[in-house]
Amino acid sequence: MTVTETRVITKRIHDRPEDSWTIDGALASGAYEGLRAAFAMGRDAIGEEQVKASGLRGRGGAGFPTATKWSFLPAGSYPRYLVVNADEGEPSTFKDRMLIERDPHQLIEGIAIAAFAIECNLAFVYIRGEFALGYERLEQAVAEAKAKGFLGMNILGSGFDLDIVVHRGAGAYICGEETALLESLEGERGMPRIRPPFPAIEGLYAKPTVVNNVETISTLPHIVRMGGEEYAKLGVDRSTGTRVFSLSGHVKRPGNYEVELGVTFRDLLYSPELGGGITDDRKVKFFIPGGASSQWLTGADEHLDAPLDMDFLEQNLGVMLGSGAVMVFDETVNPALVAWRLAKFFADESCGKCTPCREGTGWVEKVLYRIAHGQGRPQDFDMLLDVCDNISPGVTTAPFAQTTICPLGPSVVSPVASLQKYFRDEVLAMCTGPSTIPVSAS
Amino acid sequence: MNLVSVTIDGREVQVPAGELLIKVAQEHGTYIPRFCWHERMKPVGMCRMCLVEVEGVRGLPPACTTPVTDGMVVRTKTPAVKKVQDGVLELLLVNHPLDCPVCDRGGECPLQDTTLAFGPGESRFVEEKRHWEKPIPVSDLVLLDRERCIQCARCTRFADEIAGDPLISFGERGGQTEIITFPDEPFASYFSGNTVQICPVGALTAKPYRFRARPWDLTGAETSCVTCAVHCRGALESTSNQLVRLLGVDSEPVNQGWLCDKGRYGYEAVNADERVRHPMIRKRGELVECSWPEALDAAADGIQRALDLNGPQSVALLGGANGTNEEAYAWARLAKSVLRTDNVDAQLGDGLPAEVVLGLPRALIADLDRARGIVLLGPDLKEELPVLYLRMRRAAVELGVPLIEIAPRDTGCSRYASARLRPVPGEQAGIARRLAAAVGGAPSGDADIDEAAVLLAGRDGDVVVVLGRGDLAESAATTVAAAAELGALPGAKFLVALRRANVRGALDLGLAPGFLPGRVTLAEGGDHFAQAWGGVPAAPGLGALGILGAASEGRIHALVLAGSDPVGGCPDRSLARNAIAAAGFVIAVDTFVTESNKRADVFLPVTMWGEESGTVTNVEGRVQRVAQKVSPEGIAMPEWRIAAELALRLGVDFGFEAVEEVTDEIARVAPAHAGVDTTLLRRARDGVVLPVAEHPDELHFGRAGVGLAGASWDPILPTPAEVVADAPVEPVEPVERQMPALHVWSREVPDGSASAPARDAYALRLVSGRTLYDGGITVTLSPSMAQLAPRAVLLVNPHDRDRIGVSDGDEVRVTSARTSMNLVLRGDAATSAGCAFLPFNLPGPGASDLIDASAPVTDLRVESIR
Amino acid sequence: MMFTPENLERARAIVARYPRAKSAILPLAHLAQDQDGWLSPEAMREIAALTRVEPAEVLGTCSFYTMFKRDPVGRLVVSVCTNVTCLVTGGPEVLEHLARRYDDDDVYVEEVECLAACGGAPAMQVNYEFHEGLTPEMAEEIVEAYKRGELIPRGVSGGRVS
Ligand SMILES: Cc1cc2nc3c(=O)[nH]c(=O)nc-3n(C[C@H](O)[C@H](O)[C@H](O)COP(=O)(O)O)c2cc1C
Ligand code: SF4
Ligand code: FES
Repeated sequence: MTVTETRVITKRIHDRPEDSWTIDGALASGAYEGLRAAFAMGRDAIGEEQVKASGLRGRGGAGFPTATKWSFLPAGSYPRYLVVNADEGEPSTFKDRMLIERDPHQLIEGIAIAAFAIECNLAFVYIRGEFALGYERLEQAVAEAKAKGFLGMNILGSGFDLDIVVHRGAGAYICGEETALLESLEGERGMPRIRPPFPAIEGLYAKPTVVNNVETISTLPHIVRMGGEEYAKLGVDRSTGTRVFSLSGHVKRPGNYEVELGVTFRDLLYSPELGGGITDDRKVKFFIPGGASSQWLTGADEHLDAPLDMDFLEQNLGVMLGSGAVMVFDETVNPALVAWRLAKFFADESCGKCTPCREGTGWVEKVLYRIAHGQGRPQDFDMLLDVCDNISPGVTTAPFAQTTICPLGPSVVSPVASLQKYFRDEVLAMCTGPSTIPVSAS
Repeated sequence: MNLVSVTIDGREVQVPAGELLIKVAQEHGTYIPRFCWHERMKPVGMCRMCLVEVEGVRGLPPACTTPVTDGMVVRTKTPAVKKVQDGVLELLLVNHPLDCPVCDRGGECPLQDTTLAFGPGESRFVEEKRHWEKPIPVSDLVLLDRERCIQCARCTRFADEIAGDPLISFGERGGQTEIITFPDEPFASYFSGNTVQICPVGALTAKPYRFRARPWDLTGAETSCVTCAVHCRGALESTSNQLVRLLGVDSEPVNQGWLCDKGRYGYEAVNADERVRHPMIRKRGELVECSWPEALDAAADGIQRALDLNGPQSVALLGGANGTNEEAYAWARLAKSVLRTDNVDAQLGDGLPAEVVLGLPRALIADLDRARGIVLLGPDLKEELPVLYLRMRRAAVELGVPLIEIAPRDTGCSRYASARLRPVPGEQAGIARRLAAAVGGAPSGDADIDEAAVLLAGRDGDVVVVLGRGDLAESAATTVAAAAELGALPGAKFLVALRRANVRGALDLGLAPGFLPGRVTLAEGGDHFAQAWGGVPAAPGLGALGILGAASEGRIHALVLAGSDPVGGCPDRSLARNAIAAAGFVIAVDTFVTESNKRADVFLPVTMWGEESGTVTNVEGRVQRVAQKVSPEGIAMPEWRIAAELALRLGVDFGFEAVEEVTDEIARVAPAHAGVDTTLLRRARDGVVLPVAEHPDELHFGRAGVGLAGASWDPILPTPAEVVADAPVEPVEPVERQMPALHVWSREVPDGSASAPARDAYALRLVSGRTLYDGGITVTLSPSMAQLAPRAVLLVNPHDRDRIGVSDGDEVRVTSARTSMNLVLRGDAATSAGCAFLPFNLPGPGASDLIDASAPVTDLRVESIR
Repeated sequence: MMFTPENLERARAIVARYPRAKSAILPLAHLAQDQDGWLSPEAMREIAALTRVEPAEVLGTCSFYTMFKRDPVGRLVVSVCTNVTCLVTGGPEVLEHLARRYDDDDVYVEEVECLAACGGAPAMQVNYEFHEGLTPEMAEEIVEAYKRGELIPRGVSGGRVS
């Protein structure tokens, strides 16, 4: 077990721990070389050749091919907007915060390249409101970049103009969902929009808009510099390149690790230079790959040995790599308690637009609370499964349908479905309360 | 129209491409349950009640956000759909209080009904429900119970999208989502009542209706609201012979389902204690109750005496605009053929001359939707014709029709205007002339005017001019002159923005000097009516201001006030007061005692809206029916019958037994109304636009469409009395008889009328217009609205305020040529420098005391009294 | 409240950055909250005027977002995460300790969702400054350090207090 990190987008952060976020530190380590290369190769060569060849897929959660997303922009329709999704709120995901705080120039360089490629002159970064330091450093970096001519009018003599507005969120996970994000950016309540129309056609201010994740955008300077084909040699199959995984919970060395896609969960959890093994050398009881919305996996060998490969995981294990968060829970953990806390998260963060999510997440939370705290009734768990089936028909047969506008509501089903799959007996053993007396949760 | 083929539950139908699935399914007999979707608003897809299966589409898409495409195969009743319908209903009910027995909506509640039709038997929810204080007022008229709310966003979307008053919003989020208003800023929208109607639960309730009735005790009749001249369609409901509710009916050409609050709640006045319930005659200086024969005899005697002693010119009739067409016609026939007087006017010098109104090229309300541009030269539509304002707002905001406003100050429409031209009173004709010239290719040099001209060149279609009295403090002549100029715009058509109830119907039926029923002049139609009636006036008579002038000089010996209140409604109050005081014999035909009629010699109490059926004609010339829903209070009589009784006593038998006979006589003798008889009116779903031969496309017979029976929350569609299932539209038979030609306005500018005197530097020129809530009887006698009339405050531009040397809220001394009064003043950036705005007809002394109707404009001296 | 003259100028510049004025509601609300320590009705009214919307729309938007405090909250906002990683590493204990310890007008203790600091769980923020790897005692000591002025708090929504 000697798997180590492959540092592409985290290289500067590790090489220059003292000043990676400053313009001097960044310039001393190759910042904005990618932008020069991009101007040199020309607009069309970026999206249609390099990014396409790189196989880059979105790092925000859905894993949609970036070049394809850009290609949906309707020809001849301007203005166009680029919006960077820096709202990172998926529980246990903390890679974007690091990329913003520690290497804002890499992000700005990526924005400039993407904006140049899609012919956008005003880009927005929607940054999570709680990221005060990240906001400060990003604003600072934007000012520095402007001063150095990497932003503003006629950048590096290319004739291309770009301004960046850094826009702070204010405490709403749902604003990470791209259409809710656009609503929020327009000064509205962050409630997802009905699609179609998709943002590429009618996005911000009803104009064609591309929404990309921080990590996705931060990768662009490297793709342009290395060449898309070279980048695609990293990783495995359709999961090309590297990704930054946020590893947390019961591991000895929690943290962000950039690895090539295709390494296994076991590598990630146990390699001495990565997770370093489970706390106190206990066993993994279960872990959640891909963020809170994902279904769970357990300490079983076929789960630990599964590769970090988006397609493989989806097709074979019915889970997603999502936002790249991996939460590890050892044998001491009550899975019902974790499920309850995740349900509480979704109930707290539901925007309230769709009935099944607004009312359903709260209901599921209340019942799981009772179960996790020893007040479950014998019939509760099966009832819960049926309620979940109304939020997400086919709950036990992933991939399931959804009765809602966005996937937040149906995400509350993931922990419940996971309990059903792996811990049904353990949960039922907790449901020993009286079956008829209504109980009132917290 | 591009049709596509869609299969819904196995039945293939042809439907317009791009329509929403939920709508086409409904139109073809498949009702998909819904809560948030409303046909008149943009879909939000929030409630998730309308999920269906569409072949080839993953999951269950909502029918309300899914446009139909060719070959689409839809299933709305599969087990999977049934399961989620159960599920969504169960979820909607988990936090719902289930307090149906004490809820106004109980018995007609969409949530209740849908649960019965589509829902699960019982709830499995045993946790504690959400609790909120309830109910809380969101405005003077509407209360909110947040526990009942199902967060469908119908009310908030209505407020924002339709009314343009986004004063209610969602607050908080997730399970805590609630409807909010801002502290101390209530949902004071003129249209708030619509939210109560479209709320799918009992979350929003109307103060006037709360706990008044249970739905199953109500009976309803379709009618038109006559609070203003738009004539929105409505369903009028009563219980125990009391009117208790008016709901909006969705008439595509007229109101598209909406009502304003004054119209919606104005029925309260019908029930008011102050109603005069018995005829009265003056004995020893007092009005005392008497019998009908006694009162009618006295009235006829009074008229006869005046005729005998001083001839027809000494007799006059004011009014007729507050009743039905039948009533207006009966008055016209009485006055013009029996009394032979042409001193008749349905207006009070507050409108436009009949020769203009009746002879302009006419626009329909719906023409706003498709106009090249709208030129607004008239009153503040939001205050005077509220639902027309909604239509115009929609044209400007949703349909992209450029709106050009010519008004002396900002109005409710200004924010939607693409260009705003701001004439000082007296200058509007000049601006109109320059605008017309600029459109014709001669730039005016004024940037605003030239920009407006460019806007009017940007699209196809006709220019619709909304024409009315934007300012009651200047004479109508300036508006007439401006109208003449605007008539030169390409394809100019006019929508006459007159406000009083059935004023359009009354003018059409000859209640104006120089005119006879059916939009013909006395000169042109004299012979025809002499034949039909047996006689007409010898020469044109006086209009309202002329009659009032003559009366003040003692030349009117008998004056009939047919629902007319000159002291309240005439812009020149002292003229009206003097006239009434000096008139010889006054016959009041009215419902309440007013300052004008309180010294009448005879008082004849009449029926009100809801108590008598007939027809009315709206601003666009559309004739629609009004229904009798309750029996008249006391022993009130319809005006047409009073006119006929008086005629009989003066020697002429009209032969009217029932109101339908009057309607049919109008259809026979009035040229513009030819063919518009009871048979046609009963069958025409959206009424009939006059003259019918020119507007065959506006005739819609047959079925109204498929609505949910008894549901007021989805658009209620108009239903013709005689439902002819899917009857083909029959061509209207051309009327054969030789009829006099309809009047056409020559577009001549009256001599010298447009020139206003120069304003001296220290004077402010008065602008006066109405507010929706005013000192009229509908507001003052409706308990729910009586408090809503604003206080009269003089608004001046902040610069003028500073120049006068006062602060907001200070009292000032205001002096016109007529009188002086103290008023509270406030600075207001929406009022142009050099102007002062004072609302018209609020309770107490006001603008009409300051105005001299014989002067072209009213200049004020405003002084600090500190 | 009213924006101070400098902040009013800042506010106008913020509005001008966006193609539509309404977009500035969130940034202006942050600005107001940093100035006053909370988002008052008067502030929302002024934001409505600056962004040319109704106050109800500003309230509707702002009340959606948990960072905006619509009641005064004191000088220090202590946000303790109890989402799953912190749940199993001691977050609830930190929260409970602080909530019991600080029941005053100066320190506002709140439970929050994942702060993206799970690598250092359990974590909290004090006026949006991160503090990680906590025990209940360490957490209290950090708050005390702010109270003693050894650590400098940011504005309530994370902007530097100027
Ligand atoms: C509830 C929800 C929350 C999300 N949160 C985030 C987020 O915090 N950051 C992010 O980049 N994408 C998030 N996404 C995914 C975005 O909608 C979007 O797919 C992504 O920003 C696209 O960028 P990419 O193509 O570069 O991945 C979220 C999606 C959902 C449904
Ligand atoms: S699923 Fe939940 S979060 Fe997503 S749009 Fe619907 S209510 Fe909002
Ligand atoms: S009616 Fe379609 S989601 Fe509400």
